[in-house]
Amino acid sequence: MNHDAYPDNYIRGILNSVKSIAMVGASPVNVRPSYFAFKYLMQRGYDMIPVNPGHVGKELLGKPFVASLSDIGRPVDMIDIFRNSSHIMPVVEEALTLDPLPKVIWMQLGARDDAAAAKAESVGIKVVMNRCPKIEYGRLSSEISWMGVNSRTLSSKRAPAPTQGMRLSLNRMSVGGGDTAASDRAAKNKSEQS
Amino acid sequence: MSDRLPGFSTLAVHAGAQPDPTTGARATPIYQTTSFVFNDADHAASLFGLQAFGNIYTRIGNPTNAVLEERVAALEGGTAALAVASGHAAQVVVLQQLLQPGDEFIAARKLYGGSINQFTHAFKSFGWNVVWADPDDIASFERAVTPRTKAIFIESIANPAGSITDIEAISTVARKAGVPLIVDNTLASPYLIRPIDHGADIVVHSLTKFLGGHGNSLGGIIVDAGTFDWSTGGKYPMLSEPRPEYHGIRLQETFGNFAFAIACRVLGLRDLGPALSPFNAFMILTGIETLPLRMQKHCDNAKAVAEYLAGHPAVASVSYAGLPNDKYNQLARKYAPRGAGAVFTFSLKGGYDAGVSLVSKLQLFSHLANVGDTRSLVIHPASTTHSQLDDAAKIKSGAGPDVVRLSVGIEDKEDLIADLEQALGA
Repeated sequence: MNHDAYPDNYIRGILNSVKSIAMVGASPVNVRPSYFAFKYLMQRGYDMIPVNPGHVGKELLGKPFVASLSDIGRPVDMIDIFRNSSHIMPVVEEALTLDPLPKVIWMQLGARDDAAAAKAESVGIKVVMNRCPKIEYGRLSSEISWMGVNSRTLSSKRAPAPTQGMRLSLNRMSVGGGDTAASDRAAKNKSEQS
Repeated sequence: MSDRLPGFSTLAVHAGAQPDPTTGARATPIYQTTSFVFNDADHAASLFGLQAFGNIYTRIGNPTNAVLEERVAALEGGTAALAVASGHAAQVVVLQQLLQPGDEFIAARKLYGGSINQFTHAFKSFGWNVVWADPDDIASFERAVTPRTKAIFIESIANPAGSITDIEAISTVARKAGVPLIVDNTLASPYLIRPIDHGADIVVHSLTKFLGGHGNSLGGIIVDAGTFDWSTGGKYPMLSEPRPEYHGIRLQETFGNFAFAIACRVLGLRDLGPALSPFNAFMILTGIETLPLRMQKHCDNAKAVAEYLAGHPAVASVSYAGLPNDKYNQLARKYAPRGAGAVFTFSLKGGYDAGVSLVSKLQLFSHLANVGDTRSLVIHPASTTHSQLDDAAKIKSGAGPDVVRLSVGIEDKEDLIADLEQALGA
């Protein structure tokens, strides 16, 4: 997989197929990006599991924190890692000990570890790096367009009528839209410098 | 279907707009409403806390305006955009995110006269200090950089004379200085020049001009290229530091490569208030659908008119970058190969009086203070758009007393030339 630019269908396939997501580094502080993403994904119907050893015994939006991936005690489809690039490898190594293996390992905006990605991909796990599942879900459903964001999609199809004021269809047929090549290049240059 | 990239004209028609989910309306509806109902208290809190995407109040966002924002972002190759009430409002909102009182920004000396006034007087009262540089002398930008410099501002095609700016050279200066490059792309429109492809970090427009294109609606827009790293060195606290307005959110960390557009929306537009009317957004969107067709015709007509004027005995000189012997022709070939725009100046041998006489005799060209209309327009900058500058500054900005500015429309070029002929000849 080319981790500089993911095809929309790759991301759409992941977000359409996973049901449970363990979020490593989930924060109970309601202004942290991980809290935003956790809440959003839960509202979109994903079975969310907060993983953070510092908050065991507490709950995040009604879901009990677990200390580590191996404490979840049931299969998870996707692991969403809210940690810096330097802390990715140990999480991926732990994920590779799970039975059954997760189908997807997702690293958040700003996080990228190509060696860890290669390790996961070598056992058939799909990997996404330096992206946010909330942003990608909003982009592919075009909900993020409400914020003036370039969804990079075009469609002549009518989306399902809103449910609870939200537009929620990842399956709306769309083709590629306006590119953001300059931003992608800047991100690549930054990751190569660091 | 594969992820092939659509062309410019396809984006101009489709980007941002999809059939309305509720009614199936294919044209973008005008959501002429101030406010939007919440589902429940938690939904309201999520929206106010920036946790959820959605609409609250039209001063912060509106679904019609959002279509316009996504469309211009897509045409410019940016990650996101924010529409505001005017091009001037766009400039205030952009600089409010970047400058603290006492900070500086470097601006090209050749700018729209209204921008020169705004930067010199209004922004000075905010403690934002403009330092002028000469776009024909790249080293003058380097010399202007100080530790307080927070941004560089240029026009891609510069008002009033239609000169072309070397965006890449100035972007190199900006990168070295560690500050974003802001490009006002109003006179080019993304059909002629996409500044982000040449190193711009932020693009602003007066939508009033070629993008809207019909001289009927004011508007402005800010496009975030998603290229600048706001997190380093605490230089841009609106983006990198916890915001007390939002209980400590850090915008760059939360919104990644479209954080600047979000800052402009939730800190700039929300608190300063220059919201765009959804009706104007609709008018401008309709205009953008034909941007590629109109812009090409504008450029082709402008070239024909400039060539005609260059051969007229009453004309002392023509400043149009599309003419082969023009000072800016090389830059025009590089940056704007489809055409050098449709706004340019010429000077008359008869000086100020001949300019006044020409303007009064023209019958198709309208004498007014705008550019980028379907109609051809004429103005005498020294007595109008640039009248508040002193004489030396007028000449430096290309608006000397003998200069007349045209904005060439999309009429038949033969009729425009005939109108000039009768006005110059009689």
